[in-house]
Amino acid sequence: MKHPAAALAAVTVMAGGQAAMAQTQIDVLRVTVNDEQAVYFDRLAREFEAQNEGVTVRFDYVANEAYKARLPTLLQSNAAPDIFYSWGGQTVVEQVEAGFLQPIDDLLPEGFRDTIPEAGLLAYSVDGQLYGLPQYATEVVLWTNTALTDQAGIDLDAIRTWDDFLEAVQTLKDAGITPIVAGGQDKWPLHFYWSYLALRQGGPNVVTDAMEGANGGFQSEAFIEAGRQFQRLTELEPFQPGFIATTYETASGMFADGAGAFHLMGDWDYLPMRERSTSGEGLPDDQLAIISFPAVADPVAEGGNDATLGGINGWAVSAGASPEAVAFLAFMMNAENQREAGRQELFIPIAVGTADQMDNPFYVQVAENIEASSFHQIFLDQFLGASVGAAINDVSADLAQGAITPEDAAAQVQEAWDFR
Amino acid sequence: MSLDAERRLPASARWRRALLNGRVSAVLILLPPALILFTLFVTLPLGESAWYSLFNWNGYGTPSNFVGIANYERILNHSVFHIAVGNTLKIVAVSLVIQMPLALFLALLIHRKTPTNAVFRLVFFLPYILAEVAAGLIWSFVFDGNYGVTASIAQSLGMGNVFILSDPDWAFAAIMTVIVWKYFGFHMMIYIAALQSVPQDQIEAARIEGATRAQVVRYVQIPHIRPAIAVSAFFAIIGALQVFDVIIPLTNGGPSNQTHTIVTYLYTFGLTRLNIGFGSAVGVILFVGAVTVAVFYQRIFMKRAEA
Repeated sequence: MKHPAAALAAVTVMAGGQAAMAQTQIDVLRVTVNDEQAVYFDRLAREFEAQNEGVTVRFDYVANEAYKARLPTLLQSNAAPDIFYSWGGQTVVEQVEAGFLQPIDDLLPEGFRDTIPEAGLLAYSVDGQLYGLPQYATEVVLWTNTALTDQAGIDLDAIRTWDDFLEAVQTLKDAGITPIVAGGQDKWPLHFYWSYLALRQGGPNVVTDAMEGANGGFQSEAFIEAGRQFQRLTELEPFQPGFIATTYETASGMFADGAGAFHLMGDWDYLPMRERSTSGEGLPDDQLAIISFPAVADPVAEGGNDATLGGINGWAVSAGASPEAVAFLAFMMNAENQREAGRQELFIPIAVGTADQMDNPFYVQVAENIEASSFHQIFLDQFLGASVGAAINDVSADLAQGAITPEDAAAQVQEAWDFR
Repeated sequence: MSLDAERRLPASARWRRALLNGRVSAVLILLPPALILFTLFVTLPLGESAWYSLFNWNGYGTPSNFVGIANYERILNHSVFHIAVGNTLKIVAVSLVIQMPLALFLALLIHRKTPTNAVFRLVFFLPYILAEVAAGLIWSFVFDGNYGVTASIAQSLGMGNVFILSDPDWAFAAIMTVIVWKYFGFHMMIYIAALQSVPQDQIEAARIEGATRAQVVRYVQIPHIRPAIAVSAFFAIIGALQVFDVIIPLTNGGPSNQTHTIVTYLYTFGLTRLNIGFGSAVGVILFVGAVTVAVFYQRIFMKRAEA
């Protein structure tokens, strides 16, 4: 009599266990990555599954623009991912306000917070609560084709200020070389110019001040001057013909094919641009250089010349996610796995003391730049949320085409901010 | 037996007769599903949009920031909305003045049933079958100034690279070309069907009287297919109000928002920017516009065409 009961109990437990196992699936949604990165994430998922019986981790990838468009709807649905890629900033604030994210402080392993720099945590915190984790920092830099700049006789080290840069652009034009390639159809690659110039002109607090409405908000002199300086560049017609009908992906491939001397783009473009080139090889490393966005000689407010623009990209945890999902996030972000990513040069890991693993000179330089910068501003189109961000991208494209004045551009951004 | 029974009999007989002649049962069986579907998928969403349009709402959670008609004021004062309405009217004009005559001309050429005509019909109808997004992508290659057909033509003419889609003055003309190309086959098919029902004896009678080909078309065929023309014009106008998926892959509304239609305007400024309240207000304006057109058109042209 005893045995059948025990057997029954055992069966029940097993069945229950089975059911519980089947239930723990962790869905991770991310913007499309290149093959090496996909392999890396897949390995992390399999390792975590091996360590945690009954847990399955599924990665899903969606292309950049489609991801931004789909995420809000997904988050409201039953198919919301447990963990999803995020650019931090205002978007996280909006998602928290709508109740889509969950605080994860209590779910993280003991002492985990200390492995991540404070600036990174800040990008994923709202009112002192942590809703996600940063994975890597990116910097927008001027990728340079040194074969072309050498051909035009340009000394890259001499490009310090915006005026130097404009001069270099003119020299390239005179030499019959396209100075800059840009993916104007996607607009955000053009917003880097406006944002960087605003940061240089207005100092580290230019954006936060504008958000609070100080100095005329987004219509402050710093933003207007940024538009003027940007148009000084565009009046030289520095971009490839038809740049406004070129997507980011095409532009990045064109640069890797040697179609232009400069490409203002994030460090993340290093591997993808090779894959997008016609040959699949891209430019050899010894023909590539990165230079920081030039300083401005006579800024409206001091302090912006040392600032960097880029991203603090990472992951947000949605409200319905299980504790296992947070455990996986912590696993993915632990120092060992971050170090491995640095070693493979997949991205520049943000975890404390992991950047020294990298050999790639470009990544090392970017890591040093970010560390040395006085302030790391998150891309304005992400930092200010979908609506204001899109307005900034719009005016940047309009400024590049000379379709609006710097004053109108600033006014349009302010209007979008007022009505966000 | 009693008076009650006698009274009841005619009532049930009436009831049975009603059931048998099918009117009541048809209403009972067919109305509920239609009514439920119509309520769920038409009336409710409409009401919801109208409600959301009164809020400044980013689509997250439930709307709470009531702004009254502020969204409508913003739309009506927004320069891009003016461009979008202007572009939509241009599409209407091009549909009526270029697309429909072209379709009619081709229909007159190939409405007779012959094997060669069947081939032509198929060829002209193919663009309509193709998915809009695919058509947009194909044409974006055609218009590409570096590699596309445009590039080859410009090169053979000895011109520099031409980038039609990034030229604010020409981008919309390019889009209208694609729209005409995409939809003329549809209108052509309507005319072909109508032309085939024109009584042959009338055409022959006119011929015997010495009417030229042009006169036959002018005085016999076109008057006969007037209802079909009225229907096709109606489709052209309503279709123009809805143009969306050709534009997104071609220009995405750019350069400088010069190629928006009302629907791409709704999508860009409402949905992708998460101004759901704003987008709903655009939707309401579009709906009111479309209903107005439909009602007036029905009243004026469809009646006249039938008469």
